[in-house]
Amino acid sequence: MTQKIFQADLEALKNYLCELVRPHISEQAESWLNQQSGKLQNDTTNKTLYLSFSSAPRFVGKIPINFTADLLAKANMIRAGFNPSGWTTDRAIRTYFLLFIPVARQENYIKTIETLFNSADIDEQVALYGALPLLPFPASLSRRAKEGIRTNMIPVFESIVLNNPYPAEYLEENAWNQMVLKAVFTERPLYKIYNADQRVNPHLAKMLSDFAHERWAAHRMVTPELWRFVAPYLDDFYLTDIKKILHEGTAFEKEAGALACSKSDYPAAKSLLQQYPELKDKAGKDDFSWNKLGKDYYAVQ
Amino acid sequence: MEEALIFLDSHVHMVSRTTDDYEAMKKAGVVAVIEPAFWQGQPRTEVGTFKDYLSMLIGFERFRASQFGIKHYCTIGLNAKEANNEALAEQVMELLPLYLCKDGVVGVGEIGYDDQTDAEDKYFRLQLELAKELNLPIQIHTPHRDKKAGTTRTMDVIIEHGIDPTMVIVDHNNEETCKEVLDRGFWAAFTIYPHTKMGNERMVEVLRQYGPERIIIDSAADWGISDPLAVPKTAALILQSGLPAEYVTLTCYKNPLDAYSKSGQISESDWQEATSIDQTQLFEGNSILRGGQSPQLENGNASNIIK
Repeated sequence: MTQKIFQADLEALKNYLCELVRPHISEQAESWLNQQSGKLQNDTTNKTLYLSFSSAPRFVGKIPINFTADLLAKANMIRAGFNPSGWTTDRAIRTYFLLFIPVARQENYIKTIETLFNSADIDEQVALYGALPLLPFPASLSRRAKEGIRTNMIPVFESIVLNNPYPAEYLEENAWNQMVLKAVFTERPLYKIYNADQRVNPHLAKMLSDFAHERWAAHRMVTPELWRFVAPYLDDFYLTDIKKILHEGTAFEKEAGALACSKSDYPAAKSLLQQYPELKDKAGKDDFSWNKLGKDYYAVQ
Repeated sequence: MEEALIFLDSHVHMVSRTTDDYEAMKKAGVVAVIEPAFWQGQPRTEVGTFKDYLSMLIGFERFRASQFGIKHYCTIGLNAKEANNEALAEQVMELLPLYLCKDGVVGVGEIGYDDQTDAEDKYFRLQLELAKELNLPIQIHTPHRDKKAGTTRTMDVIIEHGIDPTMVIVDHNNEETCKEVLDRGFWAAFTIYPHTKMGNERMVEVLRQYGPERIIIDSAADWGISDPLAVPKTAALILQSGLPAEYVTLTCYKNPLDAYSKSGQISESDWQEATSIDQTQLFEGNSILRGGQSPQLENGNASNIIK
């Protein structure tokens, strides 16, 4: 099987990333950028790459980038799911520098990327993992993505898991499930996981239900977003969970229970929802969705 | 105390310390720490373990500190002890450029002499050149044995390499080395470390004699019997001894900040504006961060004395 080499047009990406930072940086920084870009064309030892990647914040700062809806839409055009909202100037420019790594030989490419990963500080790791959906040879990077998910550094974990299309497209089921479970465990906003609904699976549903039981046994809460991943597999077993949250849950959990039932084809779920007319009405509304539930829930956490 | 004091412990090996230490340091007013790369007790035999150690200093340890509201910086270098394993040292030297330009790396360190061997001399000089090239401050470890002569030799070599003494922090001073270090224009750091280096009652006397200019107080707390609260405790003792409060501000905060800010990688605004960043780093919904804590010093308490 031939593997896909490019996930996006690298030149279009480079132009886009420069467009993002340009309004925020000085002329001096821009000339540094141009100078480094020139040097990177003939960077046989990777020295320019390593130094420019590390020292980017010294020149372009760590300024939050202003995004318009158009700018974000453009990102999504260049690479479906690419969402740089919340990026800072240094992160964009580090990503830009990564796009100069020669792709002639996959083996060399991966070696260079791995060197950067292995010696990265926190912000550099955030930039590197956030660039996974943009880098060439995506299939070869899945081992690295799995390694990143094992981190305990929250910003690093988030850079892979949230607003990043790479995991849904390239992680195999076990790794994907571990990632979602860890996101639940560390209370990250699940609605920001890209294309999460496309990767639901029975094994994940069981793991999450088990997790909820474990938490309940310890008299702790679970995020109402968890039920999004159980909902497609409602049966008598999971319906016991849903009954519990509909009956004694918080307002958000009740909404989650209603959402799960309303999206389910399981007859018992439909009839369960009948017992909660108010929730049933709410669930029938157009703007009632898992994403909205997630946003509302995290807005008050 | 009318106003809460804040401290910068410019030499402390946090990888060896517990979360209790971080908590106590935060409570005592430590806002930032500098962790020099050093020997870890067990000699490393592979370059890979060295690399992972350096990555830890700029990665997980920095994150761990942030969970307690403490800003973590480091200096990167090949220490004198391990410079004696030449095969390893060669490989470590190749690693250093990968780390020295990273964010929050405030100098080359801690480097210098241990046994004063030829190998130590070789790698000390190579790293001085590296620091010069990158315009970074240098954090000097002076030897435990033959200290006075070793300190003099260290400074001679630095001058020989054409390095400005104001870019160099000479650490682990005592009453015997202090005068020459100050006279020659270097920063003189003192490590308050029980039983071996300096005690803090002696430190008070040093300050009485020399004043606070270019003097820095640190803990060098590590995997040995040491005290991560050495800086706040010494600060309390200085005040108790009737020396001006300015002595504390300078030696325990302002002087190390001035010395290491020559790297361009540390600034007061880092901790003054830090809260918005730290709040995104909640783990399992919990944060140990508590805004607006007033630092507590055990004023007038005998336990502030470190012999």
